[in-house]
Amino acid sequence: MSVDTQKGRPDAAAPAAHPAIELKGISKAFGPVQANKDIAIRVMPGTIHGIIGENGAGKSTLMSILYGFYKADAGEIFIAGQKTAIPDSQAAIAAGIGMVFQHFKLVENFTVLENVVLGAEDGARLTPSLSKARKLLTELAAEYELHVDPDALIQDLGVGMQQRVEILKALYRQADILILDEPTGVLTPAEADHLFRILEGLRREGKTIILITHKLREIMEVTDTVSVMRRGEMTATVKTAETSPEELAELMVGRKVLLQVDKAPAKPREMVLNVENLKVVGEKGVERVKGISLSVKAGEILGIAGVAGNGQSELLEVLGGIRNGTGRITLNGEEIDLTGQNSDARTRRARGIAHVPEDRHRQGLILDFHAWENVGFGYHHDAKYNSGWLMDNEALRRDTEAKIKKFDVRPPNAWQTAKNFSGGNQQKIVIARELEQNPDLLLVGQPTRGVDIGAIEFIHQQIVALRDAGKAVLLVSVELDEIMSLSDRIAVMFDGKIMGERLPAETSERELGLLMAGITDTTRDVPVEEIEANLARKDGATP
Amino acid sequence: MDFNTIIQILDSTIRLATPLLLACLAGLFSERSGVFDIGLEAKMLVAAFFSAAVAATTGSVLLGLGAGIAASMAFALIHGIASITFRGDQLISGVALNFLASGMTVLIARDWFNQGGRTPALMDGGRFQPIDLPFATAVADVPVLGPIYSELLSGHTILVYVAFAMVPLTWYILFRTRFGLRLRAVGENPGAVDTAGISVVRLRYSAVMIAGVLCGIAGAYLATGLAAGFVKDMTAGRGFIALAALIFAKWRPWYALGACLLFGLLDAIGNRYQSIELLGVAVPGQFMQALPYILTVVILAGFVGKAIPPRAGGEAYVKER
Repeated sequence: MSVDTQKGRPDAAAPAAHPAIELKGISKAFGPVQANKDIAIRVMPGTIHGIIGENGAGKSTLMSILYGFYKADAGEIFIAGQKTAIPDSQAAIAAGIGMVFQHFKLVENFTVLENVVLGAEDGARLTPSLSKARKLLTELAAEYELHVDPDALIQDLGVGMQQRVEILKALYRQADILILDEPTGVLTPAEADHLFRILEGLRREGKTIILITHKLREIMEVTDTVSVMRRGEMTATVKTAETSPEELAELMVGRKVLLQVDKAPAKPREMVLNVENLKVVGEKGVERVKGISLSVKAGEILGIAGVAGNGQSELLEVLGGIRNGTGRITLNGEEIDLTGQNSDARTRRARGIAHVPEDRHRQGLILDFHAWENVGFGYHHDAKYNSGWLMDNEALRRDTEAKIKKFDVRPPNAWQTAKNFSGGNQQKIVIARELEQNPDLLLVGQPTRGVDIGAIEFIHQQIVALRDAGKAVLLVSVELDEIMSLSDRIAVMFDGKIMGERLPAETSERELGLLMAGITDTTRDVPVEEIEANLARKDGATP
Repeated sequence: MDFNTIIQILDSTIRLATPLLLACLAGLFSERSGVFDIGLEAKMLVAAFFSAAVAATTGSVLLGLGAGIAASMAFALIHGIASITFRGDQLISGVALNFLASGMTVLIARDWFNQGGRTPALMDGGRFQPIDLPFATAVADVPVLGPIYSELLSGHTILVYVAFAMVPLTWYILFRTRFGLRLRAVGENPGAVDTAGISVVRLRYSAVMIAGVLCGIAGAYLATGLAAGFVKDMTAGRGFIALAALIFAKWRPWYALGACLLFGLLDAIGNRYQSIELLGVAVPGQFMQALPYILTVVILAGFVGKAIPPRAGGEAYVKER
């Protein structure tokens, strides 16, 4: 590994030192959408530089331009003071830039070694490259705590390990500048901490790191400098030590935001949902939910925490009536049939269950349909939307307009196609549809995934308001922050089982993180390797 | 069934498996790169026609082979342009090429040769001749091993040996070279290849053109090795059987060899026994002829197990936003 020892710590760098990266006047439009507008940024060598911004603020586009994945419409890129053209990823790699994408770019049925070598082979024959890579990986592993079995198949690795392979890929290509796009979205807290330790180690070796995230806490913890993007523009660059989460949030959104959910203590009443020994067999005959029991009372929010793919989705789908299971479930004391014969999504809705599915693109909306058609799903049998043989679309549209106004969908245009709304507004359409049927029980999965801060605030308020109106809410989320701030009780799922229930006031992210990895003895010091091994061992490690 | 019959059936198995094997490996290259190719049939057919036509006109089988490969590559290029450059539907492109090949070959044959859509029968110089392996005649009388060597292994045309040599070669390219690594990667996750700074488009074009070359050899073999000239639709669905073999083989070269030999064996048995008595019932010859096709359906329906195709197969690569 050739490490440029000339680059010291940031405080040691002479004022004359060139920035590792300097962008000037970068603009990029996708059709009518101006993703980047006249962006300027300087990233000093040997620092961790955060870029924060809401969804769609243009962070990923900017980094993709830097990595040669997109071509900028205008602007200049300087690497270590040299003006550099980056027409493609090959040029970016040659300039010493490595990128860890949010959705990993790994070949699932290749080994770690093959993935690392892909595109950086030394010659036409593979064997010499592979043995060289094997040797280098051992060195890198020792140097940066980047331990991965070189012969493991990617599909057998957990996400934390896969991410390490991505970092190794960049280091193998001798990257001096490492860009990470939302790296912690899929990690447990312990894994995230481990990642940050790795990044610290890389910085010590003089590498420059750009960390793209929407999580304020991470920015505050690990970065030296932070740049804020909003609506395609770079609104500010500040020293992390001289700012606060509140200030950053305001810079991101353009107004003051409540970072904490404002809610009174819950007043739980009678039992609404009771689940006993629920089992669900998923695809390929693998049991995904392995006999769980839980209950939700009227007027409380039960949060289900867990790493994606541990049976939470199946739990929601069974309750929502779109998947079969075995066990006993009662709603308001009456049993629900789980075999799918006398009970489906429609009868569940009639009995007072509303379902905001985890994936709004696949299950929540038909993206090519208009807003009013999407809001109308589930109401088709309603007498007031039918006149004789035909549907009364006029009535449906009238009600839709009222609903989307109430839920602050922007633009409030019932004729706009669902795919043309932003993520946050799409989610509001789904939430409007589900909440307006006035359910006894709301099932809600990943309510704020891919949703901007302003809309997060609004959606959280709606969920809390529903609770305060005496309804039961079952919340599934992989965002621990969201679980901690919204839930009145928290259950943690791992490998299809519930590892334990906690009260938000009496637990910590660390404890929940360990439960999420299936470790119930949360008092001892658990090495990150054990967490990863646990996460990788369970059935279907990759979500 | 005596020993000689078995040798003869196996001998014809090898000859009948050859075009299947070449087409199957062609499909393997293409599909491993993520481009589905149901136009194997089309490429073989045009190659069969042009190789026969040129061989008949010039009297040179090598010129014929060259023409066949060129025609097949031209079709491969069309498939590439439609499905890689213009990101069209790969199945539709393949179907269109199949129709085009079937109609075009007969049309041109009628115009050029006036023999009702055939080419003239090829004379000796226009066909690939059997090659006798060294000592083939000398060892012919050795019991058991003699006939196996001199009848079964010796006495095929060069294209047969080429086809069988392609199996280890394909394996080596796919699993032991840089090109093979990238080719497999692009069929699984083109995004990984793109971000590694390698051109997805160029890789896929190379794979599709390799498929063109192999189908070209397969087609030329049909018209100038197995038969002596081109007749209408002479591929007779071999392109599709090769596809079935490819799925049966789970997109692996050595398995492909096994699958193609199996289909070739059925074909050989069907050809030899026009009617057969089984448990006292006369099985009609048509059934024997249909056997490879029936087996295709049976194998694909049930016996394959879980064949996982290349994950990015059938999808044009578009950079995500």
